[in-house]
Amino acid sequence: MKWTRKDFIDIQSLSREEIELVLDTAASFKKVLERPIKKVPSLRGKTVVNLFIEPSTRTRVSFELAAQNLSADVISMAAESSSFKKGETLKDTALNLQALNAEFIVIRHSAAGAAQFLAERLNAHVINAGDGAHEHPTQAMLDTFTIREKLGTLEGKHILIVGDILYSRVARSDIWSLTKLGAKVTLVGPTTLLPEHFRDMGVGVVHDLDSVLPQADVINLLRIQHERQSKAAFPSLGEYIGVYGLTRERFKKCKPDVMIMHPGPINRGVEIESDLADCGNSVILQQVTNGLAVRMAVLYLVSGGAVGGVE
Amino acid sequence: MDAAAIDRSLNRLAHEILERSPEGVALGFVGIHTRGVPLAERLAKLTQKFDPSRPVLPVGQLDISFHRDDIGRAKPAPKITDIAFDVDKEHVILVDDVFFTGRSVRAALNALVDIGRAKTVRLAVLVDRGHRQLPIRADYVGKNIPTSIEEKVEVRLSEIDANDEVIVSGGTV
Repeated sequence: MKWTRKDFIDIQSLSREEIELVLDTAASFKKVLERPIKKVPSLRGKTVVNLFIEPSTRTRVSFELAAQNLSADVISMAAESSSFKKGETLKDTALNLQALNAEFIVIRHSAAGAAQFLAERLNAHVINAGDGAHEHPTQAMLDTFTIREKLGTLEGKHILIVGDILYSRVARSDIWSLTKLGAKVTLVGPTTLLPEHFRDMGVGVVHDLDSVLPQADVINLLRIQHERQSKAAFPSLGEYIGVYGLTRERFKKCKPDVMIMHPGPINRGVEIESDLADCGNSVILQQVTNGLAVRMAVLYLVSGGAVGGVE
Repeated sequence: MDAAAIDRSLNRLAHEILERSPEGVALGFVGIHTRGVPLAERLAKLTQKFDPSRPVLPVGQLDISFHRDDIGRAKPAPKITDIAFDVDKEHVILVDDVFFTGRSVRAALNALVDIGRAKTVRLAVLVDRGHRQLPIRADYVGKNIPTSIEEKVEVRLSEIDANDEVIVSGGTV
Protein backbone atom coordinates (compact mmCIF):
# COMPACT_ATOMS: atom_id res chain seq x y z
CA MET A 1 0.00 0.00 0.00
CA LYS A 2 1.41 3.34 -1.07
CA TRP A 3 -0.04 6.82 -0.74
CA THR A 4 -0.86 8.25 -4.17
CA ARG A 5 -3.08 11.27 -3.48
CA LYS A 6 -1.80 14.79 -3.99
CA ASP A 7 -4.03 16.25 -1.29
CA PHE A 8 -5.64 15.37 2.01
CA ILE A 9 -9.20 16.68 1.88
CA ASP A 10 -11.60 14.31 3.56
CA ILE A 11 -11.99 10.94 5.24
CA GLN A 12 -15.14 9.98 3.36
CA SER A 13 -13.26 9.12 0.15
CA LEU A 14 -10.39 7.27 1.86
CA SER A 15 -10.20 3.49 1.92
CA ARG A 16 -9.58 1.56 5.11
CA GLU A 17 -6.07 0.79 3.83
CA GLU A 18 -5.32 4.48 3.27
CA ILE A 19 -6.50 5.32 6.78
CA GLU A 20 -4.29 2.58 8.20
CA LEU A 21 -1.34 3.85 6.17
CA VAL A 22 -1.76 7.29 7.78
CA LEU A 23 -2.00 5.71 11.25
CA ASP A 24 1.06 3.50 10.73
CA THR A 25 3.07 6.43 9.42
CA ALA A 26 1.98 8.51 12.40
CA ALA A 27 3.19 5.73 14.72
CA SER A 28 6.67 6.09 13.22
CA PHE A 29 6.58 9.85 13.67
CA LYS A 30 5.48 9.47 17.27
CA LYS A 31 8.75 7.60 17.86
CA VAL A 32 10.62 10.50 16.28
CA LEU A 33 8.91 12.89 18.71
CA GLU A 34 10.29 10.87 21.64
CA ARG A 35 13.89 11.33 20.50
CA PRO A 36 16.28 14.05 21.68
CA ILE A 37 16.33 15.42 18.11
CA LYS A 38 12.66 15.65 17.13
CA LYS A 39 13.38 16.66 13.57
CA VAL A 40 13.78 14.68 10.38
CA PRO A 41 14.90 16.11 7.04
CA SER A 42 12.03 14.75 4.91
CA LEU A 43 10.68 18.13 3.74
CA ARG A 44 13.91 20.12 3.80
CA GLY A 45 13.75 23.07 1.41
CA LYS A 46 9.95 22.85 1.06
CA THR A 47 7.54 25.58 2.10
CA VAL A 48 4.30 25.04 3.98
CA VAL A 49 1.77 27.87 4.21
CA ASN A 50 -0.93 27.72 6.85
CA LEU A 51 -3.89 29.66 5.49
CA PHE A 52 -6.25 30.05 8.41
CA ILE A 53 -9.30 32.02 7.34
CA GLU A 54 -11.07 30.93 10.50
CA PRO A 55 -9.48 31.28 13.94
CA SER A 56 -7.66 28.35 15.51
CA THR A 57 -4.80 27.97 17.94
CA ARG A 58 -4.37 24.28 18.50
CA THR A 59 -4.62 23.09 14.91
CA ARG A 60 -2.50 25.94 13.55
CA VAL A 61 0.29 25.48 16.09
CA SER A 62 0.12 21.73 15.56
CA PHE A 63 0.55 22.10 11.79
CA GLU A 64 3.35 24.65 12.28
CA LEU A 65 5.28 22.32 14.57
CA ALA A 66 4.58 19.33 12.34
CA ALA A 67 6.02 21.19 9.33
CA GLN A 68 9.03 22.36 11.34
CA ASN A 69 9.70 18.85 12.63
CA LEU A 70 9.88 17.75 8.99
CA SER A 71 12.43 20.55 8.34
CA ALA A 72 10.05 22.50 6.09
CA ASP A 73 9.86 26.28 6.17
CA VAL A 74 6.49 27.41 7.43
CA ILE A 75 4.46 30.61 7.43
CA SER A 76 1.05 31.08 8.96
CA MET A 77 -1.48 33.58 7.70
CA ALA A 78 -4.63 34.67 9.46
CA ALA A 79 -7.57 36.28 7.71
CA GLU A 80 -7.35 39.52 9.65
CA SER A 81 -3.78 40.21 8.56
CA SER A 82 -4.13 39.17 4.91
CA SER A 83 -5.42 40.69 1.70
CA PHE A 84 -8.83 39.12 2.31
CA LYS A 85 -9.46 42.32 4.15
CA LYS A 86 -8.87 44.13 0.86
CA GLY A 87 -11.27 41.85 -0.98
CA GLU A 88 -8.89 39.39 -2.65
CA THR A 89 -10.55 36.07 -3.45
CA LEU A 90 -9.44 32.79 -1.91
CA LYS A 91 -8.31 31.50 -5.29
CA ASP A 92 -6.16 34.56 -5.99
CA THR A 93 -4.56 34.41 -2.56
CA ALA A 94 -3.76 30.74 -3.04
CA LEU A 95 -2.38 31.26 -6.56
CA ASN A 96 -0.10 33.98 -5.21
CA LEU A 97 1.14 31.65 -2.49
CA GLN A 98 1.83 29.01 -5.09
CA ALA A 99 3.66 31.59 -7.21
CA LEU A 100 5.88 32.13 -4.18
CA ASN A 101 6.75 28.42 -4.42
CA ALA A 102 4.67 27.17 -1.51
CA GLU A 103 4.53 23.41 -2.06
CA PHE A 104 1.97 22.79 0.69
CA ILE A 105 -1.10 24.80 1.60
CA VAL A 106 -2.90 23.94 4.82
CA ILE A 107 -6.31 25.59 4.81
CA ARG A 108 -8.92 26.23 7.47
CA HIS A 109 -12.03 27.94 6.13
CA SER A 110 -15.58 28.55 7.28
CA ALA A 111 -17.00 27.36 3.95
CA ALA A 112 -17.46 23.64 3.30
CA GLY A 113 -15.55 22.60 0.18
CA ALA A 114 -12.90 25.32 0.37
CA ALA A 115 -10.03 22.82 0.51
CA GLN A 116 -11.42 20.80 -2.40
CA PHE A 117 -11.83 24.02 -4.38
CA LEU A 118 -8.13 24.85 -3.98
CA ALA A 119 -6.95 21.27 -4.51
CA GLU A 120 -8.58 21.22 -7.95
CA ARG A 121 -6.97 24.50 -8.97
CA LEU A 122 -3.46 24.33 -7.56
CA ASN A 123 -0.41 22.17 -8.15
CA ALA A 124 0.47 22.59 -4.49
CA HIS A 125 -0.48 19.88 -2.04
CA VAL A 126 -3.62 21.00 -0.21
CA ILE A 127 -4.44 19.81 3.30
CA ASN A 128 -7.81 20.41 4.86
CA ALA A 129 -7.53 21.74 8.41
CA GLY A 130 -11.30 22.07 8.72
CA ASP A 131 -13.83 23.37 6.21
CA GLY A 132 -17.09 24.67 7.64
CA ALA A 133 -19.26 21.89 8.99
CA HIS A 134 -17.96 19.46 6.34
CA GLU A 135 -14.81 17.66 7.57
CA HIS A 136 -11.78 18.01 9.81
CA PRO A 137 -9.82 14.99 8.59
CA THR A 138 -6.62 15.36 10.63
CA GLN A 139 -8.69 15.56 13.83
CA ALA A 140 -10.38 12.28 12.90
CA MET A 141 -7.01 10.71 12.23
CA LEU A 142 -5.66 11.76 15.61
CA ASP A 143 -8.81 10.58 17.39
CA THR A 144 -8.62 7.23 15.61
CA PHE A 145 -4.88 7.00 16.28
CA THR A 146 -5.40 7.68 19.99
CA ILE A 147 -8.08 5.00 20.32
CA ARG A 148 -6.10 2.44 18.35
CA GLU A 149 -3.00 3.18 20.43
CA LYS A 150 -4.87 2.60 23.71
CA LEU A 151 -7.21 -0.24 22.75
CA GLY A 152 -5.11 -1.94 20.07
CA THR A 153 -7.95 -2.03 17.57
CA LEU A 154 -11.15 -0.23 16.60
CA GLU A 155 -12.90 -3.44 15.60
CA GLY A 156 -16.06 -3.89 17.67
CA LYS A 157 -15.34 -1.01 20.05
CA HIS A 158 -18.32 1.08 21.07
CA ILE A 159 -17.67 4.78 20.71
CA LEU A 160 -20.05 7.54 21.78
CA ILE A 161 -19.85 10.96 20.16
CA VAL A 162 -21.74 13.35 22.38
CA GLY A 163 -23.02 16.88 21.92
CA ASP A 164 -23.13 19.31 19.04
CA ILE A 165 -23.20 16.90 16.10
CA LEU A 166 -25.10 19.03 13.59
CA TYR A 167 -22.47 21.74 13.34
CA SER A 168 -19.49 19.46 13.92
CA ARG A 169 -17.01 18.69 11.15
CA VAL A 170 -15.11 16.65 13.74
CA ALA A 171 -18.13 14.38 14.21
CA ARG A 172 -18.48 13.82 10.45
CA SER A 173 -14.82 12.97 9.93
CA ASP A 174 -14.76 10.81 13.07
CA ILE A 175 -17.82 8.86 11.95
CA TRP A 176 -16.23 8.03 8.58
CA SER A 177 -12.92 7.05 10.06
CA LEU A 178 -14.16 5.04 13.03
CA THR A 179 -16.81 3.09 11.11
CA LYS A 180 -14.41 2.30 8.26
CA LEU A 181 -12.14 0.66 10.83
CA GLY A 182 -14.98 -1.43 12.24
CA ALA A 183 -16.01 0.52 15.36
CA LYS A 184 -19.61 0.80 16.50
CA VAL A 185 -20.46 4.49 16.71
CA THR A 186 -23.41 5.98 18.57
CA LEU A 187 -24.21 9.68 18.38
CA VAL A 188 -25.79 11.30 21.42
CA GLY A 189 -27.31 14.76 21.65
CA PRO A 190 -30.49 16.82 21.73
CA THR A 191 -32.75 16.49 18.68
CA THR A 192 -31.97 20.09 17.75
CA LEU A 193 -28.28 19.25 17.39
CA LEU A 194 -28.65 15.68 16.19
CA PRO A 195 -31.06 15.13 13.30
CA GLU A 196 -32.24 11.62 12.47
CA HIS A 197 -30.62 11.60 9.02
CA PHE A 198 -27.23 10.85 10.61
CA ARG A 199 -28.43 7.23 10.75
CA ASP A 200 -27.71 7.11 6.99
CA MET A 201 -23.99 7.23 7.86
CA GLY A 202 -24.31 3.82 9.52
CA VAL A 203 -24.32 4.97 13.13
CA GLY A 204 -26.76 4.85 16.03
CA VAL A 205 -28.66 7.99 17.04
CA VAL A 206 -29.66 8.31 20.69
CA HIS A 207 -31.04 11.22 22.70
CA ASP A 208 -30.61 9.74 26.16
CA LEU A 209 -26.97 9.70 27.26
CA ASP A 210 -27.58 7.69 30.44
CA SER A 211 -29.01 4.74 28.48
CA VAL A 212 -25.80 4.14 26.49
CA LEU A 213 -23.06 5.17 28.95
CA PRO A 214 -22.54 1.71 30.53
CA GLN A 215 -21.68 0.09 27.15
CA ALA A 216 -19.22 2.70 25.98
CA ASP A 217 -15.52 1.96 25.50
CA VAL A 218 -14.83 5.54 24.45
CA ILE A 219 -16.72 8.78 25.04
CA ASN A 220 -15.81 11.60 22.66
CA LEU A 221 -17.30 14.87 23.89
CA LEU A 222 -17.71 17.64 21.35
CA ARG A 223 -17.58 21.32 22.10
CA ILE A 224 -20.79 23.32 21.95
CA GLN A 225 -20.07 25.64 19.01
CA HIS A 226 -21.84 28.84 19.94
CA GLU A 227 -20.30 30.55 16.91
CA ARG A 228 -22.09 28.31 14.42
CA GLN A 229 -25.53 28.40 16.02
CA SER A 230 -27.86 31.05 14.74
CA LYS A 231 -30.68 30.14 17.07
CA ALA A 232 -30.61 28.55 20.48
CA ALA A 233 -30.50 24.75 20.20
CA PHE A 234 -31.24 24.18 23.87
CA PRO A 235 -32.92 26.32 26.52
CA SER A 236 -29.89 27.00 28.71
CA LEU A 237 -26.39 25.74 29.40
CA GLY A 238 -27.59 24.50 32.78
CA GLU A 239 -30.19 22.37 31.04
CA TYR A 240 -27.62 21.00 28.60
CA ILE A 241 -25.25 20.01 31.42
CA GLY A 242 -28.13 18.35 33.25
CA VAL A 243 -28.86 16.06 30.29
CA TYR A 244 -25.61 15.72 28.29
CA GLY A 245 -22.74 16.94 30.47
CA LEU A 246 -20.29 14.28 31.66
CA THR A 247 -20.59 14.71 35.41
CA ARG A 248 -19.09 12.70 38.31
CA GLU A 249 -22.50 11.08 38.77
CA ARG A 250 -22.62 9.93 35.16
CA PHE A 251 -18.97 8.85 35.19
CA LYS A 252 -19.84 6.27 37.87
CA LYS A 253 -22.12 4.49 35.39
CA CYS A 254 -19.30 4.07 32.86
CA LYS A 255 -16.94 1.13 32.45
CA PRO A 256 -14.04 1.71 34.84
CA ASP A 257 -11.51 1.95 31.98
CA VAL A 258 -13.64 4.12 29.69
CA MET A 259 -11.59 6.55 27.55
CA ILE A 260 -12.63 10.19 27.72
CA MET A 261 -11.80 12.29 24.66
CA HIS A 262 -12.38 15.90 23.65
CA PRO A 263 -11.08 17.66 20.54
CA GLY A 264 -10.67 20.93 22.45
CA PRO A 265 -11.03 23.69 23.28
CA ILE A 266 -12.91 22.45 26.37
CA ASN A 267 -15.72 24.41 27.93
CA ARG A 268 -14.90 23.22 31.45
CA GLY A 269 -18.05 22.57 33.42
CA VAL A 270 -20.19 22.30 30.26
CA GLU A 271 -19.35 19.20 28.18
CA ILE A 272 -17.36 17.76 31.05
CA GLU A 273 -16.95 18.39 34.77
CA SER A 274 -13.62 20.08 35.24
CA ASP A 275 -11.75 17.45 37.27
CA LEU A 276 -12.92 14.63 34.97
CA ALA A 277 -11.03 16.32 32.14
CA ASP A 278 -7.83 15.83 34.16
CA CYS A 279 -8.50 12.30 35.51
CA GLY A 280 -6.69 9.12 34.50
CA ASN A 281 -9.38 8.15 31.99
CA SER A 282 -8.92 11.35 30.06
CA VAL A 283 -6.66 11.20 26.99
CA ILE A 284 -7.32 14.81 26.01
CA LEU A 285 -3.67 15.88 26.16
CA GLN A 286 -2.46 12.68 24.51
CA GLN A 287 -4.77 13.61 21.65
CA VAL A 288 -2.84 16.85 21.24
CA THR A 289 0.53 15.06 21.11
CA ASN A 290 -0.82 12.49 18.69
CA GLY A 291 -2.16 15.32 16.54
CA LEU A 292 1.39 16.41 15.91
CA ALA A 293 2.46 12.92 14.81
CA VAL A 294 -0.61 12.57 12.59
CA ARG A 295 -0.03 15.92 10.89
CA MET A 296 3.61 15.05 10.26
CA ALA A 297 2.40 11.82 8.68
CA VAL A 298 -0.09 13.62 6.44
CA LEU A 299 2.44 16.22 5.23
CA TYR A 300 4.99 13.48 4.65
CA LEU A 301 2.60 11.21 2.75
CA VAL A 302 1.11 13.81 0.42
CA SER A 303 4.60 14.99 -0.50
CA GLY A 304 4.95 11.69 -2.36
CA GLY A 305 1.53 11.88 -4.00
CA ALA A 306 1.35 12.68 -7.70
CA VAL A 307 0.99 16.36 -8.52
CA GLY A 308 -1.75 17.37 -10.93
CA GLY A 309 -4.77 15.81 -9.24
CA VAL A 310 -3.90 12.28 -10.35
CA GLU A 311 -5.04 9.59 -7.97
CA MET B 1 23.11 -18.18 -2.35
CA ASP B 2 21.14 -20.81 -0.47
CA ALA B 3 20.32 -21.07 3.23
CA ALA B 4 23.57 -22.89 4.06
CA ALA B 5 25.66 -20.28 2.26
CA ILE B 6 23.87 -17.44 4.08
CA ASP B 7 24.53 -19.27 7.35
CA ARG B 8 28.23 -19.65 6.59
CA SER B 9 28.53 -15.98 5.67
CA LEU B 10 26.82 -14.86 8.88
CA ASN B 11 29.00 -17.19 10.97
CA ARG B 12 32.11 -15.71 9.43
CA LEU B 13 30.80 -12.15 9.87
CA ALA B 14 30.11 -12.82 13.54
CA HIS B 15 33.66 -14.16 14.04
CA GLU B 16 35.17 -11.18 12.23
CA ILE B 17 33.16 -8.75 14.31
CA LEU B 18 34.32 -10.44 17.53
CA GLU B 19 37.93 -10.53 16.35
CA ARG B 20 37.97 -6.84 15.67
CA SER B 21 36.13 -5.87 18.88
CA PRO B 22 38.34 -6.41 21.93
CA GLU B 23 36.88 -7.63 25.24
CA GLY B 24 35.09 -4.92 27.15
CA VAL B 25 34.07 -2.97 24.06
CA ALA B 26 30.34 -2.23 24.23
CA LEU B 27 28.88 -3.45 20.95
CA GLY B 28 25.35 -2.88 19.72
CA PHE B 29 23.70 -3.99 16.48
CA VAL B 30 21.35 -1.76 14.53
CA GLY B 31 19.46 -3.33 11.63
CA ILE B 32 18.19 -1.22 8.75
CA HIS B 33 14.56 -1.99 7.90
CA THR B 34 13.33 -4.26 6.52
CA ARG B 35 15.77 -7.18 6.16
CA GLY B 36 18.66 -5.68 8.07
CA VAL B 37 16.66 -6.19 11.26
CA PRO B 38 16.52 -10.02 11.29
CA LEU B 39 20.15 -10.10 10.09
CA ALA B 40 21.16 -7.94 13.05
CA GLU B 41 19.29 -10.27 15.40
CA ARG B 42 21.00 -13.33 13.92
CA LEU B 43 24.43 -11.71 14.21
CA ALA B 44 23.75 -10.81 17.84
CA LYS B 45 22.82 -14.43 18.61
CA LEU B 46 25.87 -15.80 16.78
CA THR B 47 28.33 -13.50 18.51
CA GLN B 48 26.79 -14.54 21.82
CA LYS B 49 27.17 -18.21 20.88
CA PHE B 50 30.81 -17.86 19.82
CA ASP B 51 31.79 -15.81 22.85
CA PRO B 52 29.46 -16.53 25.79
CA SER B 53 31.69 -14.50 28.11
CA ARG B 54 30.33 -11.30 26.58
CA PRO B 55 27.09 -9.76 27.79
CA VAL B 56 24.13 -10.22 25.42
CA LEU B 57 24.58 -7.70 22.65
CA PRO B 58 21.65 -5.34 22.19
CA VAL B 59 19.80 -5.06 18.86
CA GLY B 60 17.96 -2.02 17.60
CA GLN B 61 16.00 -1.32 14.43
CA LEU B 62 16.26 1.72 12.25
CA ASP B 63 13.82 3.05 9.67
CA ILE B 64 15.39 5.43 7.18
CA SER B 65 12.28 6.60 5.27
CA PHE B 66 12.37 10.10 6.71
CA HIS B 67 16.04 10.57 5.81
CA ARG B 68 15.94 9.37 2.22
CA ASP B 69 17.01 11.66 -0.62
CA ASP B 70 14.28 10.57 -3.04
CA ILE B 71 11.36 12.53 -1.62
CA GLY B 72 8.52 13.28 -4.00
CA ARG B 73 7.84 9.61 -4.71
CA ALA B 74 4.86 7.55 -3.53
CA LYS B 75 5.38 6.60 0.07
CA PRO B 76 4.96 3.16 1.63
CA ALA B 77 4.32 3.01 5.37
CA PRO B 78 7.54 3.64 7.28
CA LYS B 79 8.58 1.10 9.90
CA ILE B 80 9.29 1.83 13.54
CA THR B 81 12.70 3.00 14.69
CA ASP B 82 13.39 1.38 18.02
CA ILE B 83 16.85 1.47 19.58
CA ALA B 84 16.47 0.61 23.24
CA PHE B 85 20.14 1.00 24.18
CA ASP B 86 22.09 4.20 24.74
CA VAL B 87 23.76 4.83 21.39
CA ASP B 88 26.26 7.25 22.96
CA LYS B 89 27.91 4.46 24.95
CA GLU B 90 28.13 1.90 22.17
CA HIS B 91 30.19 0.87 19.20
CA VAL B 92 27.42 0.39 16.68
CA ILE B 93 27.42 -2.23 13.95
CA LEU B 94 24.97 -1.11 11.29
CA VAL B 95 23.49 -4.11 9.45
CA ASP B 96 21.86 -4.23 6.02
CA ASP B 97 21.07 -6.99 3.56
CA VAL B 98 22.25 -5.62 0.20
CA PHE B 99 24.93 -2.95 -0.19
CA PHE B 100 24.32 -1.18 -3.48
CA THR B 101 24.46 2.58 -4.19
CA GLY B 102 25.31 3.54 -0.62
CA ARG B 103 22.31 5.86 -0.39
CA SER B 104 20.46 3.81 2.23
CA VAL B 105 23.57 3.74 4.36
CA ARG B 106 23.98 7.50 3.99
CA ALA B 107 20.36 7.93 5.16
CA ALA B 108 20.91 5.45 8.00
CA LEU B 109 24.00 7.33 9.19
CA ASN B 110 22.03 10.57 9.28
CA ALA B 111 19.16 8.91 11.11
CA LEU B 112 21.58 7.38 13.61
CA VAL B 113 23.30 10.71 14.26
CA ASP B 114 19.92 12.18 15.21
CA ILE B 115 19.48 9.49 17.84
CA GLY B 116 22.88 9.76 19.47
CA ARG B 117 26.63 10.02 19.09
CA ALA B 118 27.87 6.45 18.83
CA LYS B 119 31.51 5.84 19.75
CA THR B 120 32.07 4.25 16.34
CA VAL B 121 29.82 3.03 13.53
CA ARG B 122 30.80 0.05 11.39
CA LEU B 123 28.86 -1.40 8.50
CA ALA B 124 28.08 -5.09 8.06
CA VAL B 125 26.25 -6.33 4.95
CA LEU B 126 25.24 -9.75 3.74
CA VAL B 127 25.74 -8.98 0.05
CA ASP B 128 27.87 -6.33 -1.63
CA ARG B 129 26.72 -5.98 -5.24
CA GLY B 130 28.83 -2.94 -6.13
CA HIS B 131 27.75 0.20 -8.06
CA ARG B 132 28.39 2.68 -5.27
CA GLN B 133 27.16 6.23 -5.92
CA LEU B 134 28.61 7.67 -2.72
CA PRO B 135 32.02 7.34 -1.04
CA ILE B 136 30.88 4.75 1.52
CA ARG B 137 32.37 1.30 2.17
CA ALA B 138 31.44 -1.73 4.24
CA ASP B 139 33.60 -3.03 7.12
CA TYR B 140 32.21 -6.56 7.08
CA VAL B 141 30.97 -8.20 3.87
CA GLY B 142 29.23 -11.58 3.77
CA LYS B 143 29.64 -12.11 0.04
CA ASN B 144 30.68 -10.01 -2.92
CA ILE B 145 28.34 -10.62 -5.85
CA PRO B 146 29.35 -8.73 -9.00
CA THR B 147 26.20 -7.58 -10.81
CA SER B 148 25.18 -5.38 -13.70
CA ILE B 149 23.26 -2.26 -12.78
CA GLU B 150 20.02 -3.58 -14.35
CA GLU B 151 19.99 -6.73 -12.28
CA LYS B 152 17.95 -7.11 -9.11
CA VAL B 153 19.39 -8.65 -5.99
CA GLU B 154 16.80 -9.96 -3.60
CA VAL B 155 17.54 -11.29 -0.14
CA ARG B 156 14.89 -13.53 1.40
CA LEU B 157 14.99 -14.36 5.08
CA SER B 158 12.84 -16.93 6.87
CA GLU B 159 11.75 -14.39 9.52
CA ILE B 160 9.94 -12.38 6.81
CA ASP B 161 9.81 -14.60 3.72
CA ALA B 162 9.27 -18.31 3.16
CA ASN B 163 12.94 -19.28 3.22
CA ASP B 164 16.57 -18.12 3.30
CA GLU B 165 17.85 -17.28 -0.17
CA VAL B 166 19.67 -14.66 -2.23
CA ILE B 167 18.44 -14.30 -5.81
CA VAL B 168 19.94 -12.31 -8.66
CA SER B 169 17.46 -11.75 -11.46
CA GLY B 170 16.84 -9.64 -14.55
CA GLY B 171 19.56 -7.86 -16.52
CA THR B 172 21.25 -9.19 -19.62
CA VAL B 173 24.01 -11.29 -18.10
